[in-house]
Amino acid sequence: MLKDFFGKKVKVINLGIASFADDLRKQGVETVHTDWRPPAGGNKKIQALLTKVANWQSKVKSAKGAR
Amino acid sequence: MHIDIQQANATAVNAIQAAQPVLKGIGTAIDVVPGMKKNLILHAGPPITWEKMSGPLRGAVIGALIYEGLAKTPEEAEKMAATDKIEYSPWHEHDGVGPMAGVGTASMPVRILENQTNGRKTFCTLNEGLGKVLRYGAFSEEVITRLKWMETVLAPVLKAAIPLAPQINLKNMIAQALQMGDEVHNRNKAATSLLIRELAPAIVKTDFPTADKAKVLEFMHSNDHFFLNLSMPAAKMMLQAAEWIEGSTIVTTMCRNGTEFGIRVAGLKDRWFTGPAQIVKGLLFPGFSEEDCNPDIGDSAITETCGIGGFSMAAAPAIVKFVGGTVNDAMNFTRKMYEITDGESQAFQIPNMEFRGSPLGINLLKVCEKNILPQINTGIAHKNAGVGQVGAGLVNPPMKCFEDALEAYVEKYCKDE
Repeated sequence: MLKDFFGKKVKVINLGIASFADDLRKQGVETVHTDWRPPAGGNKKIQALLTKVANWQSKVKSAKGAR
Repeated sequence: MHIDIQQANATAVNAIQAAQPVLKGIGTAIDVVPGMKKNLILHAGPPITWEKMSGPLRGAVIGALIYEGLAKTPEEAEKMAATDKIEYSPWHEHDGVGPMAGVGTASMPVRILENQTNGRKTFCTLNEGLGKVLRYGAFSEEVITRLKWMETVLAPVLKAAIPLAPQINLKNMIAQALQMGDEVHNRNKAATSLLIRELAPAIVKTDFPTADKAKVLEFMHSNDHFFLNLSMPAAKMMLQAAEWIEGSTIVTTMCRNGTEFGIRVAGLKDRWFTGPAQIVKGLLFPGFSEEDCNPDIGDSAITETCGIGGFSMAAAPAIVKFVGGTVNDAMNFTRKMYEITDGESQAFQIPNMEFRGSPLGINLLKVCEKNILPQINTGIAHKNAGVGQVGAGLVNPPMKCFEDALEAYVEKYCKDE
């Protein structure tokens, strides 16, 4: 069905939910699954805090490199 | 502040790896535990007041007051426990750990461990066995009688035997036990056997009556968890080495008091970050249901913090018969923990993962970023005081602890970024 829909052989890279990849494989679709999740489970507050840490650390590392 | 987190964390993990916990002896809490007082009750988990204590912790406090002779009846003990005559403090703030309710008082015998790397000590009471025991909140006459026997026979025999035995390096013993199917949190069968093998000849050499020596050996033999109260202070000692390393995001404490789960982080010194203790999912003893279960309790999550326990379940496939799940689950729990840790233990290896070192050094940043919580296996206490253990299972900490710790870390180190 998928093949007909796209008009050519479909190859899929699946990010996140593994069962999507399993279903595609069952239909004979060549699929690569990547276990990806949004950072901090999508929690915006935690993402913002992690960004502060990352920014601080890139400055620390740059300062080290400049020395 | 010019702190490289990666370097700070490497320093913390190296300090944990370098610790060498050995069994030094047995002492009485009032004599050896820092800050111990006659009216002080040490407990598992983060700080808590009597009003907020859950059933099993209250039960253990009641039992401890009777054991100490401070109260004659449970009713008297309960009244006294609510007054300012009795003080409470976490074991973790006194260089110790306590399994389940973890209650420790002045007269109780404690094991003394010493870190050969830096001379620091940690402490833990002796394990009473499973079922109706103080650490699960039971306080009946049989519980108090057993505690008194432990004080007057078990502890003196072990105290005399330990100097006669070869030095017991607990890190080596845990490493061996992992090769033999233990993860030394809820499976301590091999480790207890190894301990008996070292101590038995020395026990026989002591001058105590044969009947006492035989009973001590029988008690150790009948209790597969006898080693737990050594794996815990050994893990505490290894993590103690990393307890204050500026800038480090390595988690140094995970523990529960039956009401709240608490963590501490190397770069945030002694600050506690807490969230509600979760309900443990697992296998219950016949006659009990989930409604009977108290939320997660005990300092034993110090094993997971140190890369053993739930983090090393792949080494102990038989444990699923006690805590639930499948062998495949046990393998996957360990695999997943590598995603939130910075190192791999040099000492603790997992045979059926090609002797890979166990996942060591929980990184607060990785827990928050990947949204993966540490995996803990644990005993389950009845929610009411005086009942005891009702099962064992699997549990995670609440994410709130880690989120609050991250917020405090940013506030301390990089709020202006």
